[in-house]
Amino acid sequence: MNWTLALPEILLAVSGLVILLACVIPKQDTSYGGSMAVIGSLLGAAVLVMMQDEGTAFSGQYIADPFGRFMKLLCLAGAAATLLLAIDFNEREKLARFEFPLLALFATTGMMVMISANDLMAVYIGLELLSLPLYVIAAFNRDSGRSAEAGLKYFVLGALASGLLLYGTTLVYGFAGSTNFDKLAEAFGPGQSVSAGVVVGLVFVIAGMAFKASAVPFHMWTPDVYEGAPTPVTAFFAAAPKVAAIALLVRVLTGPFADLSDQWQQVLLLISAASMLLGSFAAIGQRNIKRLMAYSSIGHVGYALMGLAVDTDVGVRGVLVYMAIYLVMNIGTFAVLVSMRRQGKSVELIDDLAGLGKTHPGTAMWMAVFMFSMAGVPPLAGFFGKLYVFLAAMQAGYLWLALIGVGTSVIGGYYYLRIIKVMYFDSTEQPLDAATPGVGLVMAGSGLFNVLFILWPAPLIGAAQLAVAALVG
Amino acid sequence: MFVGAIFFPLLGAFISGFFGRLLGDKVAQWTTVLCMVLAAVCGVSAFMQVAMGGHPETIVLLRWMDVGGLQVNWALRYDTLSVVMVAMVTFISTLIHLYSVGYMSHDHTIPRFFAYLSLFTFMMLMLVTADNLAQLFFGWEGVGLASYLLIGYWYEKDSANKAAMKAFIVNRVGDLFFMLGLALTFLTFGSIEFPVIFAAVAQHTNDTYLGINSIELIGVLLFLGACGKSAQLGLHTWLPDAMEGPTPVSALIHAATMVTAGVFLMARMSPIMEYAPTALMIVTVVGASTALFAATIGCVQNDIKRIIAYSTCSQLGYMFFAIGVGAYQVAIFHLFTHAFFKALLFLGAGSVIHAMSDEQDIRKMGGIWTKIPVTYLVMWIGNLALAGIPLFAGYYSKDAILEAAFAAHSGVGTYAFVCGIIAAFLTAFYSWRLLFLTFHGKPRADHHTMEHVHESPAVMLVPLLLLSVGAVLTGYVFAPYFIGELEHDFWHGAIFNGAHNHIMHAMHEVPEWVALAPTVVGVAGIALAFVFYMLAPALPRALANGLRPIYLFLLNKWYFDELYDFLFVRPAMWLARVFWKVGDAKLIDGMPNGAAALAADVGRGAVRLQTGRVANYAFVMLIGVVIFVSLFLYSLFKGA
Repeated sequence: MNWTLALPEILLAVSGLVILLACVIPKQDTSYGGSMAVIGSLLGAAVLVMMQDEGTAFSGQYIADPFGRFMKLLCLAGAAATLLLAIDFNEREKLARFEFPLLALFATTGMMVMISANDLMAVYIGLELLSLPLYVIAAFNRDSGRSAEAGLKYFVLGALASGLLLYGTTLVYGFAGSTNFDKLAEAFGPGQSVSAGVVVGLVFVIAGMAFKASAVPFHMWTPDVYEGAPTPVTAFFAAAPKVAAIALLVRVLTGPFADLSDQWQQVLLLISAASMLLGSFAAIGQRNIKRLMAYSSIGHVGYALMGLAVDTDVGVRGVLVYMAIYLVMNIGTFAVLVSMRRQGKSVELIDDLAGLGKTHPGTAMWMAVFMFSMAGVPPLAGFFGKLYVFLAAMQAGYLWLALIGVGTSVIGGYYYLRIIKVMYFDSTEQPLDAATPGVGLVMAGSGLFNVLFILWPAPLIGAAQLAVAALVG
Repeated sequence: MFVGAIFFPLLGAFISGFFGRLLGDKVAQWTTVLCMVLAAVCGVSAFMQVAMGGHPETIVLLRWMDVGGLQVNWALRYDTLSVVMVAMVTFISTLIHLYSVGYMSHDHTIPRFFAYLSLFTFMMLMLVTADNLAQLFFGWEGVGLASYLLIGYWYEKDSANKAAMKAFIVNRVGDLFFMLGLALTFLTFGSIEFPVIFAAVAQHTNDTYLGINSIELIGVLLFLGACGKSAQLGLHTWLPDAMEGPTPVSALIHAATMVTAGVFLMARMSPIMEYAPTALMIVTVVGASTALFAATIGCVQNDIKRIIAYSTCSQLGYMFFAIGVGAYQVAIFHLFTHAFFKALLFLGAGSVIHAMSDEQDIRKMGGIWTKIPVTYLVMWIGNLALAGIPLFAGYYSKDAILEAAFAAHSGVGTYAFVCGIIAAFLTAFYSWRLLFLTFHGKPRADHHTMEHVHESPAVMLVPLLLLSVGAVLTGYVFAPYFIGELEHDFWHGAIFNGAHNHIMHAMHEVPEWVALAPTVVGVAGIALAFVFYMLAPALPRALANGLRPIYLFLLNKWYFDELYDFLFVRPAMWLARVFWKVGDAKLIDGMPNGAAALAADVGRGAVRLQTGRVANYAFVMLIGVVIFVSLFLYSLFKGA
């Protein structure tokens, strides 16, 4: 058994246990050290991921390939960046406990397992390993009713989604005789008849995964949880797990179920269109910026899934590029949100951003960059993300889907630009506090990525191309 | 040298326009003047080499367009026709730059003015040295733009803004015809490069477009384009209003150079025009009518600059009917001499206005000739040249035009001759009316103004004196070259006269009385003006009252503005209002506004689903699963 293939996951799991021990024993507060240790092990895992061989392990349950490498690096980077944002916030909000980074670490391990899963059972294990820590950190601010409510809602609905996924898995197993992706691919291969049971099972599996990606109609938890959870937790939710969920959808649908694409394509088209529409329309009336970001993320998932729904190589490549860009601009935006505090107290209404253009021009500038990028204004990175998926949709003949995408981008432009308008044209008597250096660093880093992407897009596109080749070829 | 003549003004415009604020007024304006001096030196030496030395040359700068069958270069075509214009434009423009240093000294945005002025000069030079119709059109539009900017230079004045817009819009009408002519040229010849077109004209004489002879149609279209720029009857209404601009602008653009671009275009296209006899007839009739029409209006106007403006309009008419009878050389000669004496008159008028504390109404002047003797002198010289009194520049060119018209021995030629003679009489009359009312008689200005009457500074007087020299000498010196015995060597084929066209020869063999007539009517006009405004000042008023309808008709400029207002402006305003109120406000604004309102409503509806109850959320999820499963099964069974 070639267990060394899974070294990154093993490293994360082991270091998680070690850090847990190291943090529990001392009497004093160990949250800062814990955070740093977790970030360190995330980076270590990233290095291991880059050095990883290709192949399968654990009786074909686990697969390592360029696609997994691409997605895992995104997840690790996203998790590390959001933890960096959390340190300072948690300290000021008196939430600084070492459990937070540790739970994030375990959740990240779950994502890695999901991404590398080559069997429906491994999918389930990874998903649960991701979900359980997320339920807890959603309710991490124990003294806040809203946070507790968020955790509980997420848990109930998440359990339902897990149930759907498991039920789908059993159906698939019952009708196809296996849960292994390679065997499933053979069973559904060309010339094989497809039974209704498998198809129903597939719908349930998609539903379970779409829940994690918060795609319509499995998105209902998103606004409440995003709003209720502490801001760094929301940032974490919006970044890494979403990438992992999309990665899983891509792997499952283009892997074992690739030959059933006639069936799942229609579902994905509907999910994509509905997500884009809801994401743009429902965000219009929002006043809480975290809630707005929830709807925004639903919309972005819709755009990303457009690439998967059209089921072409170019489309899937578009998904990967889109998720990478989404991750970076999302982290940047949340860096701004995390730094939103007035006289030491965290605030989260859009109107609280008023006058930011005058009081903190640097922060306001980066926020404007992120908003323009999210709205898809050239020459920022967000534009290219959208461009690739729209192009793919049009090449595959789904002009109507691309048109919906363009239409919802226009509507989305309204609420992104409203934030810019509030920052620069509204005035306030009480300015926000300045951002801390660590947060500023994350802001500037992701901001520069958005601005400079146009100059050097080749590495990202190339890596995505490689990942797609591994997946389909 | 050839390139320098064209691009020094651009350099000056660039420096003054973009760095004027940095350099300060003084440096910026003198930089442009220096650039113009260099350009003039280049221009004059180019004239010596090309026209006098007989070495035409074409310099290709860059390939501009290469689209399908259309290939256009940026090129400088230096033949006698263009080099005459280059020398004249650079020389006069330099003097006017110099004059402006004094005239505009109290202005607040001096670099802007000089940048515009130099930009105009560059565009005019591009126009005249063009080797193809596209580059010519570039210069054509460029001078239009510069003219617009300079008429509206004092943009805080409402009337200046309106005049600028009027000039631009009326010119656009002409430009439309120019563009049509350009397109038809390309359609007919497959090229818009002059050498290609001119060589191919003879083969295309029988081509038709829409049942009309193509060459004729091109000729008419280009002429209509020229009408706009050269303020010929029908499209002349912008020129008098353009006097809202600073006086040096009027002198440079609206007298000496830009307005003559139409005449230049006709001469440039002489190889085509020679094959378009009908078009030439139209040119003759319109030109002759304009000459007479503008002269009649000039007799009753009271604004010193407007009188000269109508006089310009009238003189342009002369040039056009000279073209019409086939005497292109004579037209260009008149253009050349006219540039000197008309610029002189305008600058002289500017000097008067300067002296009279910005008063322009000649009824409020008078009795100032002793106070500003130099200005008085140069105005005399300018008027003598304009009226065509022997030995002065205008005499040679205007006489030649009238002789050519007579020698054409055609119906339209005779019409032009008669109009020209009457207009010559009127020209002399209104010129001396202006002179007498402005300088002689009792002072009619208020005491305060009269105290401040002063001669202009040297920087303004030097250009005036130089132009006076030109107004006196250019006719005598250059007549042999332009229209005399040296004509053939001088033009070097830059202008084409058809095989049947002997006008250049015939015009020298007209009866004695024809040659004398212009001088006689000119002197008669001066005499009449003397009687009216010096001997019996009550007479004009009595005459105006006696012939009130005619007086009002002339005073209101034949009601052209009112007619256009009724025919074009009002319907256009009405149509625009309909488009604005219905098309724009209701339809175009309505759609996004409605869509925005709809989006907001949909958004409210979408949010309403978000109740906060977990049970509802789970319900939505399950409904989703049910829908998807049904969809799956439906397609599965349909497929089976």
